[in-house]
Amino acid sequence: MFRHPLVIRVTHWVNAVCLLVLLMSGLQIFNAHPALYWGKVSTFDAPLMAMSSTEDDPPKGMTTVFGHGFDTTGWLGSSVGSDGEAADRGFPAWATLPSDQDLTGGRSWHFFFAWAFVLNGFAYLLYGLGSGQLRFRVIPSRDQIRHFGASVWEHLTLRFPQGDEAKCYNVIQKLTYLVVLFVLLPVQVLAGLAMSPAMDAAFPFLLTLFDGRQSARTVHFVVAALLVLFVVVHVALVLLSDFWNNMRGMLTGWFVIERKVEPAPVTGETRA
Amino acid sequence: MIRLPSRRALLTGASAAAAAAMLGGCDRLGNAEWFQRTLKTGEDANMFVQRLLLTDRTLAPEYAEADISPWFKPNGTEDPPDRDYKALARAKFAKYHLEVGGLVEAPFRLSLAELRKLPARTQITRHDCVEGWSAIGKWTGVPLADLLSRAKLKPQARYVVFHCADTMDQGSPLEGGGDGEETDEAPAGNANPSMTKQSGGDESRKDSGGQQASEDSAASGGAPVRYYESIDLVDAFHPQTILAYDMNGQALPVSNGAPLRLRVERNLGYKQAKYVMRIEVVESFAHLGEGKGGYWEDQGYAWYAGI
Repeated sequence: MFRHPLVIRVTHWVNAVCLLVLLMSGLQIFNAHPALYWGKVSTFDAPLMAMSSTEDDPPKGMTTVFGHGFDTTGWLGSSVGSDGEAADRGFPAWATLPSDQDLTGGRSWHFFFAWAFVLNGFAYLLYGLGSGQLRFRVIPSRDQIRHFGASVWEHLTLRFPQGDEAKCYNVIQKLTYLVVLFVLLPVQVLAGLAMSPAMDAAFPFLLTLFDGRQSARTVHFVVAALLVLFVVVHVALVLLSDFWNNMRGMLTGWFVIERKVEPAPVTGETRA
Repeated sequence: MIRLPSRRALLTGASAAAAAAMLGGCDRLGNAEWFQRTLKTGEDANMFVQRLLLTDRTLAPEYAEADISPWFKPNGTEDPPDRDYKALARAKFAKYHLEVGGLVEAPFRLSLAELRKLPARTQITRHDCVEGWSAIGKWTGVPLADLLSRAKLKPQARYVVFHCADTMDQGSPLEGGGDGEETDEAPAGNANPSMTKQSGGDESRKDSGGQQASEDSAASGGAPVRYYESIDLVDAFHPQTILAYDMNGQALPVSNGAPLRLRVERNLGYKQAKYVMRIEVVESFAHLGEGKGGYWEDQGYAWYAGI
């Protein structure tokens, strides 16, 4: 069956690139001050979370979360950079863009791809609303909601729907996409904007919404982590439920639906 | 479906190789000038849209006394190494004069005492460092608009430049002295990464300034580079744009920019020039420093600092 129209395929891959660049350049920006706070201002002596390095030789990387310290040497706080030397940095060089410490470089990447991400998102939304694709894709049917529990069980046991059931997203997929599209992504954009002093002047409600600029920064970080979690699960399911068919679907639009067979093999030919 | 036995291994290997290639590729791309210019269009778009959203008189949020940060984190230069400045500071800035000149009909000089006699504005505002942290302080000072009106701008005036007392480096490549006003971030990627003071959200780097490296820099030859900043007339005539001499009801401490610092709310910290000595009205800042309009701008930071 023809599953993914051109606009959906293009916006999907543009979105994938944007999210990856935004994540890595965002970690670069975070590294300029690797600590999070709640409220209007930074309470430097009582961060919610902070990464730092110790005076030891070689230095240890420490991550403090709600006052509890963890040794995160090599990963957070202190890690080996591209020059092979241990450096004091929040996230390691392989996770940031650019890889070396470069706040202004990270900001340039972040803002450019933030614009690309938002424009791409609007293109997807307009097309999705106009074509009815969005409704078809993410609004669960009454029947699906009734069988929510069974759906969860199928998902947990990695039994993927076949036949007619595989032609549209199941209830868990729909609800997940709903939350990502209409909660996480908008909140992420708003929290990003709330960190801008000029946007706070134009729209003071941004500060009310997030309980202050430093909270907005923390929310931006946490939502980024939730989006990473979403992508990890998404990619894992793509891999587990017939990778090549899924890739063909998202690259060419065409997706193979196998006739329903009993009993369902664990690695059935279906979709993500 | 063809199922290769080593599909998983292949995929894992391929994705690891692709990721490594991509990381290296992005870094190389990020250093290419055409690509940097392309990326910067994002920041141009920020300024374009934010200027549409903000009127000339839209105020930055103001806060209550109770919101004032108990410790207003000083950043960048905390104690200018320059002899002239040290002499002024020793005399409690009694001999300090602010110069206002450039493209104006009536240039003038004012002492700190004279500045304090002018009508003042007090505002409690939030300071947002480009690094990510924030602090709230109460500022009292002279609205810049009053000073500019008094000097009478010539028709070709477009920018207001703030020349500061603190030497950032000696004109030679930066060596360990990369601290700057409002950000002790290392300048752009071409700088030596080891000078990045980077260890976290605590006070550990409060005293880690590199300013001693440039001690007596003015005497050691080469053209010393002093901090400077520029704003356009939209920000210059904004009602919250003041030259502050008091912080939290007391004379501005040296670490926060005594005797006079710029507050240009709706902008990030690196715009809030400290140790302001001279105000110059210009048509273009191309002839100053590296021509980008400010010390940090010359290191790659965006001239527009509203986000």
